[in-house]
Amino acid sequence: MTATSKIQVESDFEELEKKKHWFRVSLNMCRKQPLGVAGGIVVLLMIIMAVFAEFLAFYDPEVNSLEHMLLPPDEKYWLGTDQFGRDLLTRIIYGARTALFVGFTCAILGAGFGLVLGVASAYFGGWFDLVVQRIVDVVMAFPLIILALAVVATLGPGTENVILAITIPFIPQCARVVRSNALAIREIPYVDAARALGYSDSRIILRHMVPNVMAPFLIMLTSFLGQAILLEASLSFLGMGVQEPTPAWGLMLQGGAEEFAESAPWVAIWPGVAISLAVFGFNLFGDSVRDTLDPKLRSR
Amino acid sequence: MMIPTLIGAAIFVFFLLRLVPGDVCELRLAGTGLYADPAEILLCQKNLGLDQPLLVQFLDFLWGYVIFDLGDSMWTGFPVVHEIAIRFELSLQVAIMATAVAVMIAIPLGVISAVKQDTWIDYVVRAFSIAGIAMPSFWLGILIILGLLIITQKVTGVPWMPPIDYVPIWEDPMRNLSQLLWPAVATGYRYSAVATRMTRSALLEVLREDYVRTARAKGLVEKIIINRHALKNALLPVVTIIAIEFAFLMGGLVVTEQVFNLNGLGKLFVESVGNQDFNMTQQLVMLVVVIFVFTNLFVDVLYAWLDPRIRYS
Repeated sequence: MTATSKIQVESDFEELEKKKHWFRVSLNMCRKQPLGVAGGIVVLLMIIMAVFAEFLAFYDPEVNSLEHMLLPPDEKYWLGTDQFGRDLLTRIIYGARTALFVGFTCAILGAGFGLVLGVASAYFGGWFDLVVQRIVDVVMAFPLIILALAVVATLGPGTENVILAITIPFIPQCARVVRSNALAIREIPYVDAARALGYSDSRIILRHMVPNVMAPFLIMLTSFLGQAILLEASLSFLGMGVQEPTPAWGLMLQGGAEEFAESAPWVAIWPGVAISLAVFGFNLFGDSVRDTLDPKLRSR
Repeated sequence: MMIPTLIGAAIFVFFLLRLVPGDVCELRLAGTGLYADPAEILLCQKNLGLDQPLLVQFLDFLWGYVIFDLGDSMWTGFPVVHEIAIRFELSLQVAIMATAVAVMIAIPLGVISAVKQDTWIDYVVRAFSIAGIAMPSFWLGILIILGLLIITQKVTGVPWMPPIDYVPIWEDPMRNLSQLLWPAVATGYRYSAVATRMTRSALLEVLREDYVRTARAKGLVEKIIINRHALKNALLPVVTIIAIEFAFLMGGLVVTEQVFNLNGLGKLFVESVGNQDFNMTQQLVMLVVVIFVFTNLFVDVLYAWLDPRIRYS
């Protein structure tokens, strides 16, 4: 009896300790990285918005309604309606889905391919490294949006093509950063040891080198998120990205935003707020990830 | 170093644009929604040289640089050089003005932020610059137009919008500036964000140097320490980043010119992409790359000139 209660108490205590620990860690996080935590909260809100769009929005994002065109914000349409009579809040909530889908896909694909290419380039060295680095030089000479537009020029607009158009410029950026880190790691004796043991190149790259360049990889990944969302919005704004009637923030600004700026400013304001807030959140979050993983850069 | 990059870029752009079948002829003839005669499409392709093998087309494209003939726009039929020339002045002016705006915002703010590190001023400045990166410049442009409309409506009773038709600055400076100032601000704010952060971090680093402590120890006024001793050394990386960003300004212009309805290179680029005018697209992309490569060269030279340590090493 006493023994069980003692165990009970101990486990309770442990649980309390765990909770306290968890709580203290998050409190510590808040104190050390207030901006990063704020960014994280925004990111979390965006994700919730994207995942639960069906439950959060009152209306259908794609159904036009002529009698509800350009209504000012009221208790029925909290942010007003656009020139097709669609509820702006609904379109913004569903737009988060498009933005985050494009953002995460591009960031993960871009950073992932960059990771493999960068590590392989550092590991193999020689002519392979030289060729890869020259290609990286060439691709990095293009401003992001110019290259993305050139890809769209080839493939045509549309969500999948936009993802490709944004991913391609990301790959060399990540590869460059990862390579410089991987070069240092290749010199560490355990890579030689692994080679001496007769491990295959792909095993050494994937099991021994990749885990050690996770820090720059994650830094690039998080910094890509905000960039990708912004780029998608820009492309959609130019009419070269996501196409109607899919709800996307940049697209919402393209249609009537300027035309109706005077009579219906809400159409021009809210989607922009959504873009800025999302990119702001992801950037803050990314900055604090960088500060945590790379103490050398902390003062910047 | 420059030449391989340029040739590489030429190869990359040329083949990227031709990865997928479909060209301007099909778009021009079939895009009208009417029946397009296949023979007509073939004729059009023949006129534009699109029926040649890709390699021949590519060599033609490269040869164009040797004889300074960039070819004609596949959409309008005018020479590319002509199309670029009539728009170049406008884009260049916006780019220069945007740079000026960026420098005027970035350096004072960066200095204040570094000097008052970790105070509320610092936080406000940092939030301001992070917001600059987060805010899409096309949205800022829309907000500026909206703000102008509302303010002029309130003040004069008549809403005013920036003029749409371009006038060179030496013909009518007021009209020119009233048109181009706003896109310059919209592009420059974003551009300044990066430079502000750079100024801040560079100055913070320099302020920890021994010679700054010495200057303080001998009782120099803080203002002189900052302006004369610290800032001069801190500006090196800032100058680099401003120059490099200048090359990338073209990307920013693509979007802002659309918002303000300016007939510049950015708009030309978007149009050529939409029309699958490959010749125009690739020449414009190459123009950007050339600007990029030359800015890099310029930065290297500038760096050596600004920093004697590099010159003498």
